[in-house]
Amino acid sequence: MRIELSRRPDPSPVARALAPVFAAVLVFALGAVIVYLMGKSPSQVFYAYIVYPLSDAWGLEQIIAKATPLALIAVGLSYCARANLWNIGAEGQYTMGAIFGGWLAIHTHGTDAGYWVWPTMLVLGALGGMLWGLVPALLKTRYNVNEILSSLMLVYVVQQLLDYLGRGPWRDPQGRNMPNSAIFDGNAIIPSMIDGTSVHYETLIALLVVLISAVVFSRTVFGYRIRLTGDAPRAAHFAGYDNRTTTLIVFAISGALAGLAGIAEISGTNHQILAEIRTGYGFTSIIVAFLGRLNPIGILFASLVLSLSVIGGQNAQLMVKLPYDLTSTFQGLLLMFILAADAMVSYRLHIFRGKGRSHAV
Amino acid sequence: MADSSLHMPGSSAPAVENTVDDTSPPLVELRGITKLYGSLAANNDVHLTIRSGDIHALLGENGAGKSTLVKILYGVVEPSAGEIFWQGEKTVISSPVEARNLGIGMVFQHFSLFDELTVAENIAVALSGDWSLTRVREEAKTIGETYGLTLDPDRGVWSLSAGERQRIEIVRCLLQKPNLLILDEPTSVLTPQESERLFETLNRLSAEGCAILYISHRLDEVRRLCRTATIMRAGEVVRTIDPRRSSSREIAAMMVGADIGEVRFTAAADNTREKLVVSHLFFRSEETHARALNNISFTVHAGEVFGIAGIAGNGQTELFDVLSGEQPTSPGAVIISGMPVGDRGIDERRKMHAAFVPEERLGHAAAPSHTLSENTLVSRKDDDMVRTGFVVFRLARRLARRVVSAFDVRVSDKDPEARTLSGGNLQKYIVGREIIAKPELLVVNQPTWGVDAGAARLIRQSLVDLSREGSAVVAISQDMDELFEISDRIAVLREGSLCPPRPTGAWTKESIGLEMLGQGGEGVSP
Amino acid sequence: MLFESILLTIITASTPLLIAALGELVTEKAGVLNLGVEGMMVMGAACGFAGAVIFDSTVLGVLCGTLAGTATALLFAVVVLGFGANQTGAGLALTIFGLGLSGLLGHSFIGAKREPVSMLFIPYLSDIPFFGKVLFSQDAFVYFSFALTLLVYLFLNKTRAGLNLRAIGENHNSAHVLGLPVLKIRFWAILFGGACAGISGVYLSLVYTRFWSTGMTSGKGWIAIALVVFASWKPGWAVVGAYIFGAASVLQLHAQAAQFNIPHQILTAFPYVATILALLIKSIRYGRMAGAPGSLGIDYVLD
Repeated sequence: MRIELSRRPDPSPVARALAPVFAAVLVFALGAVIVYLMGKSPSQVFYAYIVYPLSDAWGLEQIIAKATPLALIAVGLSYCARANLWNIGAEGQYTMGAIFGGWLAIHTHGTDAGYWVWPTMLVLGALGGMLWGLVPALLKTRYNVNEILSSLMLVYVVQQLLDYLGRGPWRDPQGRNMPNSAIFDGNAIIPSMIDGTSVHYETLIALLVVLISAVVFSRTVFGYRIRLTGDAPRAAHFAGYDNRTTTLIVFAISGALAGLAGIAEISGTNHQILAEIRTGYGFTSIIVAFLGRLNPIGILFASLVLSLSVIGGQNAQLMVKLPYDLTSTFQGLLLMFILAADAMVSYRLHIFRGKGRSHAV
Repeated sequence: MADSSLHMPGSSAPAVENTVDDTSPPLVELRGITKLYGSLAANNDVHLTIRSGDIHALLGENGAGKSTLVKILYGVVEPSAGEIFWQGEKTVISSPVEARNLGIGMVFQHFSLFDELTVAENIAVALSGDWSLTRVREEAKTIGETYGLTLDPDRGVWSLSAGERQRIEIVRCLLQKPNLLILDEPTSVLTPQESERLFETLNRLSAEGCAILYISHRLDEVRRLCRTATIMRAGEVVRTIDPRRSSSREIAAMMVGADIGEVRFTAAADNTREKLVVSHLFFRSEETHARALNNISFTVHAGEVFGIAGIAGNGQTELFDVLSGEQPTSPGAVIISGMPVGDRGIDERRKMHAAFVPEERLGHAAAPSHTLSENTLVSRKDDDMVRTGFVVFRLARRLARRVVSAFDVRVSDKDPEARTLSGGNLQKYIVGREIIAKPELLVVNQPTWGVDAGAARLIRQSLVDLSREGSAVVAISQDMDELFEISDRIAVLREGSLCPPRPTGAWTKESIGLEMLGQGGEGVSP
Repeated sequence: MLFESILLTIITASTPLLIAALGELVTEKAGVLNLGVEGMMVMGAACGFAGAVIFDSTVLGVLCGTLAGTATALLFAVVVLGFGANQTGAGLALTIFGLGLSGLLGHSFIGAKREPVSMLFIPYLSDIPFFGKVLFSQDAFVYFSFALTLLVYLFLNKTRAGLNLRAIGENHNSAHVLGLPVLKIRFWAILFGGACAGISGVYLSLVYTRFWSTGMTSGKGWIAIALVVFASWKPGWAVVGAYIFGAASVLQLHAQAAQFNIPHQILTAFPYVATILALLIKSIRYGRMAGAPGSLGIDYVLD
């Protein structure tokens, strides 16, 4: 048997649109089988995963709260991905954002500094994420170091930095040796958008970022430049764009948005610096970006889907005693199937059996 | 075209007597071969017969279906319908390995080599059966001595010239003692002198009984070398003829289906304004295996076409990149309209009414997944199409439509992606995109490489017309016939150096060929 | 003797890196970039440990881990070769998937502990002072890793199949028109990479720590990928690289134990910083992709 792939002359737009849905359905089906094999009832698990979180206001609120950082980071990643660059270190840029913004919260602690603190923390967070994102970009543009490996390695590095700060200089003196800082002052906490909920102003920022990015990609020269660089770097150079600058810019944007999500998490949800904030948002966002076709509006929906899977996963842990690892298994499969479905839209598979004629699939 | 006119006497005599064996069954016979790509028929009901010892030409324009047909014969592509008979027996050739086992060898136009492997490894990897590298070395040496195809087996392929690379491909076929050798456009990368040596080798193989299927669009050489010619057009066989009995002009008409005529060429406008001055240009790119440019100087005047000849890999890409500004040099090395611009970027040069067409259509001149209108922005970001950072896509679409209609670009869709266009159509589009703005200086690298005759004629004519309206045109080309057709003056680029230019009339094919090889034709001797 | 014991722990730390890097090296030489080493490795660690506990046999544990790594690689091979999915993305997905599934499978084995695997003493040679202990009194994996280095070198450079594999990785279009079985060879190369990553994972859970914990590979799979780049796709240099990294991580542990007056986080971060530095030095000295297969990571699709 021999198989070959060839490019479809006219890929169907309908198939392209349905590919992520197809991938999601496949993961559901496979998930049911896995759950059944683990000796649980698929319908119960389905209820815990999907129905329960969607059935009350608190669940919906949680979904939105978790979707917000996912969307924010994923939109940033789409800038890189559209330029055909892989930033898999968003988790690190997220952490650096938390550190930069957290610094201000710690240093203004107990000073009654005023309302400017939390907005400034957001700016600092974005700056921190941006600077950390620029490291792999500079290593790539100046020294040709592979950005995939370097951006990931930097995640481990910055996590150690946070660990040091949380257990060392920033530890709460009154905290009985717990590895975290004091609870922030009110000025250092992002206010809620809707009173009494955990949906705070980060959500508004994320929505704005989604809308602005949608316009940037579809209407502006800057968006055109990024897409052109991703499609054909030599053509972008021929068009007069410096590809190195493009690389730096998209990593800066991507890092800034991840950093923003990081400080928002610290300021809006945790209200203190923790030695460990491994939420995995930086990695989950890669899946969000691809499920959303690297399109900001698509990412908005995809972030809700993945957020549901996170909330559902935590729920399933409590209600049906399923380990949370099941969720990352699903997420990995989902990304795998999206990429396969995407490829199937563009490519055609031929299978040759022995010496006979081929069968197109 | 009337049939009788095809058999005019007085064509140049064949170099070798006919050794074709007509009595036994033909070596290979293709019956009703059809290959469909979607709804497009690359080959439609093709019949072809080749006899042992024959040198059989397969003629046709780019896109006529020649490459598809030989790939079917070599087992790379599977036919949608039709039968292959090998020595009278029906055969299915489902892979190149099976083709080689039958005794079919193929020399590819774009080569099938592996740059980072050695010559011996490149040969061994394409041989069926158990070949040690030691045995490959020994036998390649023997074959090389017999046929004058010398090679150093331990060199890396990346360091070799196009002619040497082709030798690897030929030696690799000969080691398997082929009954049929297929060559796809073998002389397109060779100097005239190298081509002569190839013809000697082929005649010798033919005399030994090996059949040769020779694909080319160069009719002069086909008429000298081949005894039979099958002409294809739009995927179908038009007819099979004896090329020695027809003129090049007649064969060309059969290939294209109509007389496409020649480029109208008027005398150069008498103009002494210097549009482009290159002086003492030295350049070394950071790319691996790139060619350094070594003290290049020339001047191009408004109103002329300046041709730069040379075999690929002698610095054409590097020279183009320096002229376009994609690679910066010292300011004074490149002067456009009196302004030193050597260190300026491509956009600044465009603002001085210079325009550029690179060699690589897809990926350099145009982005494959972008539509034609989006691709206008690659080189035409002025023209009001960009306002305060926003793209006015309406104007981009309008410009794309103008280029499409003015340069006869055939598109199936209103605004298709660049990748869906055929080579000729995309080339017309990217040349048209620049010419329609009437640039004062146009630098074009390989203007009609791999383009069908109709499109080539249109592109060449538009280059000449542009120069006659007072622009300066620099055409870098491997195609000597093309440069003779459109240039006022020609210089030859060899190993990063440019010889002094001469008026086109002062050159002959032989003198250009010698210049390409280095002075006095050193290195031609076997 | 402190020096001797440090040397022994360096060998223990380097062996899994070397085995995984050799697997990835062969995969990449065939032109496939599999970034899922971390996922395959952690699957090997979980299933290897589970197998060893269930069957109470180290040998069967190794077998389970190897099969788990191979099976995980199989998923990647199907998606990348059969569907033409983007290799970078699929590799990431494989890592996420492997980390999740290994957590599921290993869940009930948390807290279990295995006895140390027995050492193989080479007769006579292991009696030589110092060298005998260091070189000839190791566990089977260590000998295996060196044998594997030699075999990979010989396979790539001295066999016809190895030549085919290198040719396919160098230029898959040329390989295709010459009739080399591009997908078939890539398929086996990916599975080989998976098997190696699996064994490497088994080594972590059965020899290095002797217990299972979720996500215990902690980036070692990624370091193995970086090692391949650092080694310029040469097996011999992979040994050098693996031992440099092994030494870095062991010295880091010893420095922590020695209570130097530096935060332990700096030492923990050291191997990751060293990885970046190694890539940087390699790039500056030889150019980034010096020695990289020409078709590495590029979709193989016919026109």
